[in-house]
Amino acid sequence: MSEVVIKVEKLSKIYRLGQVGTGTLSHDLNKWWYKILGKDDPYSKISQINDRTKQNNSNYVYALKDVSFQLNKGDVLGIIGKNGAGKSTLLKLISRITSPTYGSIKAKGKIASLLEIGTGMHQEMTARENIFLNGSILGMTKSEISSKFDEIIDFSGCKMYVDTPVKRFSSGMRVRLGFAVAAFLNPDILIVDEVLAVGDAEFQKKAISKIKNINSNEGRTILFVSHNLASVKTICNKGLVINNGQLDFMGNSNDAIDRYVNLSFKKSNFDLSNLSYNKFIKINDLKIISDSLIDLRTSFIIHNDFNVLTEDIELIIRYDLYNIQNIHVFRQEISIYNSSITEKGNYRSELIIPSKFLNKGNYFINIDFIDFEKKSLLNIQNALYFEIHSHLSDENISKRDVNNSILNPSLENSIDFKK
Amino acid sequence: MKKWDINISSKNSFFNLDITELWKYKDLIFMFVKRDVITIYKQTILGPIWFVIQPIMTMLIYIFVFGNIANISTDGLPHSLFYLSGIILWNYFSECFTQISETFTQNTEIFSKVYFPRLVIPFSKLFSSSIKLFIQFILFLIFFFYYKLSLDIIDPSIWILLTPYLIVLLSGLGLGFGLIFTSLTSKYRDLKFLLQFGIQLLMFSTPIIYPLSSLDGDLLFLMKLNPLSHIIESFKFSFLGKGFLSFNGIIYSSIFMILIVFLGVFIFTKTEKSFIDSI
Repeated sequence: MSEVVIKVEKLSKIYRLGQVGTGTLSHDLNKWWYKILGKDDPYSKISQINDRTKQNNSNYVYALKDVSFQLNKGDVLGIIGKNGAGKSTLLKLISRITSPTYGSIKAKGKIASLLEIGTGMHQEMTARENIFLNGSILGMTKSEISSKFDEIIDFSGCKMYVDTPVKRFSSGMRVRLGFAVAAFLNPDILIVDEVLAVGDAEFQKKAISKIKNINSNEGRTILFVSHNLASVKTICNKGLVINNGQLDFMGNSNDAIDRYVNLSFKKSNFDLSNLSYNKFIKINDLKIISDSLIDLRTSFIIHNDFNVLTEDIELIIRYDLYNIQNIHVFRQEISIYNSSITEKGNYRSELIIPSKFLNKGNYFINIDFIDFEKKSLLNIQNALYFEIHSHLSDENISKRDVNNSILNPSLENSIDFKK
Repeated sequence: MKKWDINISSKNSFFNLDITELWKYKDLIFMFVKRDVITIYKQTILGPIWFVIQPIMTMLIYIFVFGNIANISTDGLPHSLFYLSGIILWNYFSECFTQISETFTQNTEIFSKVYFPRLVIPFSKLFSSSIKLFIQFILFLIFFFYYKLSLDIIDPSIWILLTPYLIVLLSGLGLGFGLIFTSLTSKYRDLKFLLQFGIQLLMFSTPIIYPLSSLDGDLLFLMKLNPLSHIIESFKFSFLGKGFLSFNGIIYSSIFMILIVFLGVFIFTKTEKSFIDSI
């Protein structure tokens, strides 16, 4: 089981920012000229590290820089990182959709990718025809598809519509069909990118168990990209964290998740440099404190360390929590004046969000420092972001158990029983 | 230790055409051909009959405009046969050319998600155009046999046997030009605007609506530089007995075809590596 099946060495990819137009022609000619002379690409030296939040000065960016790793047969690698960190670029390079600027990838056996399932399906063709088309696009031969045709149809659960044009299918059914074809690909190395985000819960469960199955029964190597850390934790044995296009961590999946959580928590701290000077309040530190990945069963603390710069104010801190649909979930006001006047000096406020209170999802908090007359002294919109993940043991939820409510409290209750 | 099956590297060889890999994907070529053929006339009543109606309509227009109004010579051949032979050959070439020249722009979605040898698409377009040609050729044969057997006013020769080779030449030229065009337009799309115009110009400089025999002097020399001229004229000569069959011409067209195919494949394989970054 220790045979190396994929080896990535010093992989880099440079992208040009901005639009293609007359301006890019001179750069192309310049590159081409350097290539003829046998020199390195002149633009690689001025290319920047891939951090989407920073201003770019050079128009060239390293989407990936010097990424090296290797995988053994049977490994399931979870690739995690923030949006735009370079995860998809890495997968695109491995699945040969585009070629690297520097470095190399070596692999044994057949690589198949599910970067987006159902690729190349033709609206006008029937499900049957599309299975053959899609299968051959993904690299199967006609006889392979014929021999697995019945299994594919069964797995997709679209038996009734096998001779109906795909344009009559719902989008979910198309995904099922696409995934069913891909699930029977039998590659030696399978690349999966966020496919599980679509489809209903029943199908997601089916897909996850299929992926596990492919791995455990057939010893395939899988590269899996997902923002769902819980499914990375259940499926993967190895984890790779990409940050700003560079390899940040490679090791076992639990360590990788911890590492990623740390990284993103740093980010979820409030960036003090964004704040202009305020004569009433100076923020020293504003962050979320938690022991681990926040899930439904962990509590966490909103920590707010600030100085009051003037006397004679009656200060109230107002926390407003919104979910990602901009629904106002709650407001909490904390008065910090005793004997009617807030003194100058350093204050530390902690707001504890209990476990089993908010449901899973993304939230943000606006913080407003107001005085007694409700006049705003310092208002920070979108001060903190956080995500509550589903708890690991809740992962194998069946369809009817999905709870999309805003709150997920565990209320005190009692039952009276009379015969 | 087993050696690596797949080796992706930033460095690439000068000419990287992997024929064995392309062969492995022959089923995919077949599937694409099938898709093109069966989907083109879906939700039409006449279906594949349109393959035949199109050239007949064009033929009727040509007979009316070029034959009757402009009175352009047809070498004494029946108008319908003369135009039809030109039309089906020209349609084949221009279809190969335009379809293949859209390889990158039309398949962005699929190319950005799945890997397969990109040459699969041009080859599948070549084959689906050939199927169309085959059906239209049968139409031509019906006209041909009608004029030969019932009227006997045409004079075919043994050179009919050369037809498959002429088709190969046409395919090669369509493929080569198409590959060059699609590669050149993948990043800078300026040339795309010239394509339609270029094809029209090329058609008028190929003896489709007039015979080569109606020209002389410098103009004739220029026409002979067009590799398509020799192919069309040879076809007309072998089936209809009037035309211009020259071996030097055929050899010239063959060499031209081989060079253009090599150039096309060369540019295409260079472009396919990273075109997805520049669309």
